[in-house]
Amino acid sequence: MVSEHPDTTDDDTTALALKILVAGGFGVGKTTLVGAVSEIKPLRTEELLSEAGQSVDDTEGVDHKVTTTVAMDFGRITIRSGLSLYLFGTPGQDRFWFLWDELSQGALGAVVLADTRRLEDCFPAVDYFEHRHIPFVVAVNCFTGARAYGAQDVSRALDLDQGTPVVLCDARDRDSGKEVLIRLVEYAGRMHTARLLNSVG
Amino acid sequence: MTENGGALRDQGSRWYDGEAGPLIRPYALTGGRTRPRPSGVHLDLIALVSLHRDASMVHGDFRLGPEHRALVELCRGETQSLAELAAGTDLPVGVVRVLIGDLLERGCVTASRPVPPAQLPDERVLSEVIAGLKAL
Repeated sequence: MVSEHPDTTDDDTTALALKILVAGGFGVGKTTLVGAVSEIKPLRTEELLSEAGQSVDDTEGVDHKVTTTVAMDFGRITIRSGLSLYLFGTPGQDRFWFLWDELSQGALGAVVLADTRRLEDCFPAVDYFEHRHIPFVVAVNCFTGARAYGAQDVSRALDLDQGTPVVLCDARDRDSGKEVLIRLVEYAGRMHTARLLNSVG
Repeated sequence: MTENGGALRDQGSRWYDGEAGPLIRPYALTGGRTRPRPSGVHLDLIALVSLHRDASMVHGDFRLGPEHRALVELCRGETQSLAELAAGTDLPVGVVRVLIGDLLERGCVTASRPVPPAQLPDERVLSEVIAGLKAL
């Protein structure tokens, strides 16, 4: 921290970036949702798996370490000059959980995308954010042809904490995606205020 | 390597493809360093990197490579997040962290700190975000 520049503080007050995670099972439409609301075509970054991935990727009898990469797609929404929102699609596979810790550090909140035909795919994400008290909304991606369930049904099936919003959405649709984000930011605000009140009282 | 590769090619299988990852080890670009030099600096994926007014010094510094210069060029247009810089240079995030660390150390760029979880933005900022999203 010390070696950063003194004028960094100026930048902190003028430019602010917020991070929202988009999680959910494989093929549920995370990148689609990011692409629908992002002002830029979703970009891809790669993170190298070194020590952290070693235990997972360690194969007995292989005497050289292979560097693996994991890709994350992200998009951006500029609210105004100096205030932007970044959306990160989290890696789907379970073996990349440790990356979530870094991603969720300082995140405003998360969207857990769910598909009612494979609801169990989003259980790990729901668990993850609940345990870490990271505000999240469940967005049910209403694939055409998928049997429609109400938000209540999904909430009950996932055994969500009371108050966790469930939104029905179409991940391909910009307005629908915007609605999901608005619900998340509102909810994150409420959680944050509640936490502040708790810490005071 | 060539013999090996040739043998494999003869068998009709390519020994490398897109999935195999880069042929040059990524941290070769950083001289083997996997962490940024200024100790204690952690650059979040959304750390915003902006160019310092003295950034021209980057051209005279022989210890900086073309990747450093590419990063400086990307920041010249507008402030960029670490994630955007990684995507823009097509380099892994870990490598960009080290390279940005070099630039921080030389005072070519400044970077915003990650927001501590307890200090998430106040209500005013959140209302601004909601209004901004509605207006999109």
